[in-house]
Amino acid sequence: MSKLTLEALRKLREAKRNEMARRESDGTAGTILIGMGTCGIAAGARETFDAFVEALAAHPGLKHVAVRQTGCMGLCYAEPTVEIAMPGMPTVLYGRVKAEGVPQIVEEHLLKGRLVSERVLDKPAVDLMKPRKS
Amino acid sequence: MHATLCEHLLDLVQNAVEAGASFVQVEVVETEAGDVEVTVSDNGRGMTPEEARRALDPFASDGRKHPARRVGLGLPFFRQMVEQAGGEFDLRSELGVGTSVFGRYRGDHPDAPPMGEWSDFVVQALVLGEGLEMALIREWRGRRVVIRRSELAEALQGLGDAEALALARRYVGEQEREILGKG
Repeated sequence: MSKLTLEALRKLREAKRNEMARRESDGTAGTILIGMGTCGIAAGARETFDAFVEALAAHPGLKHVAVRQTGCMGLCYAEPTVEIAMPGMPTVLYGRVKAEGVPQIVEEHLLKGRLVSERVLDKPAVDLMKPRKS
Repeated sequence: MHATLCEHLLDLVQNAVEAGASFVQVEVVETEAGDVEVTVSDNGRGMTPEEARRALDPFASDGRKHPARRVGLGLPFFRQMVEQAGGEFDLRSELGVGTSVFGRYRGDHPDAPPMGEWSDFVVQALVLGEGLEMALIREWRGRRVVIRRSELAEALQGLGDAEALALARRYVGEQEREILGKG
């Protein structure tokens, strides 16, 4: 395999640019925020982070979702913690999200718009939650 | 205690970002002779000698982030790892100037941690501090690769989304294989 240069990287990205502009105006992008303090790292948040990056990048409808990390959210007992803010969905904090749990969250929460109840740590009060527009 | 060097590095980069740095440099040098030398330096707010002493105490925290917390483990873990591996640790910090963390140990010491996934570490560090510059340097037996956040962000038109991060990870992985002679 020939070495991937910065220039090649630029071209790869540019080739996908028009598509990106369309997605962004669509409002389909969202944000995944992963807690990666000492506790998160020790609990496997690095693997969780990678699992999200790879799962989203491989999915045409999700590759423009932002993946970010932050320090400890104060819930060390439930690491790795992941906050998911998708348009049309309440912002939800999930706990104990190991890499193996990522496909379920991607499938249910991101694609089908359904919460993965058994992993929810925190969500807005029920009367603030609006059903997702389809 | 963290399992790999990359886990320690991520912890230390997080400290630097939280110290308000606009520039963070991580350098990992594996020498021909088998030493591993690690330096994480930043131009953040720095610490007084008293604060630096407390930062090395695992049962101390400045309480800024989590007021009720009584532990701060990032630096103590790194120091413990270095010393367990028979190495030397140094912490230099000056208020208003920045902080530099250094560790050197034998790579073949039984208690030396494995490197871990460098490319994953780089991508995870890059998404931490938006708008700040990072230089993430890996050297193996004299062969060196430098990843600059600004360069990658420019080539990828931002590091905001999953696609950019997956591309960045691939790029860093190839750069790494090249210096390790596995390209």
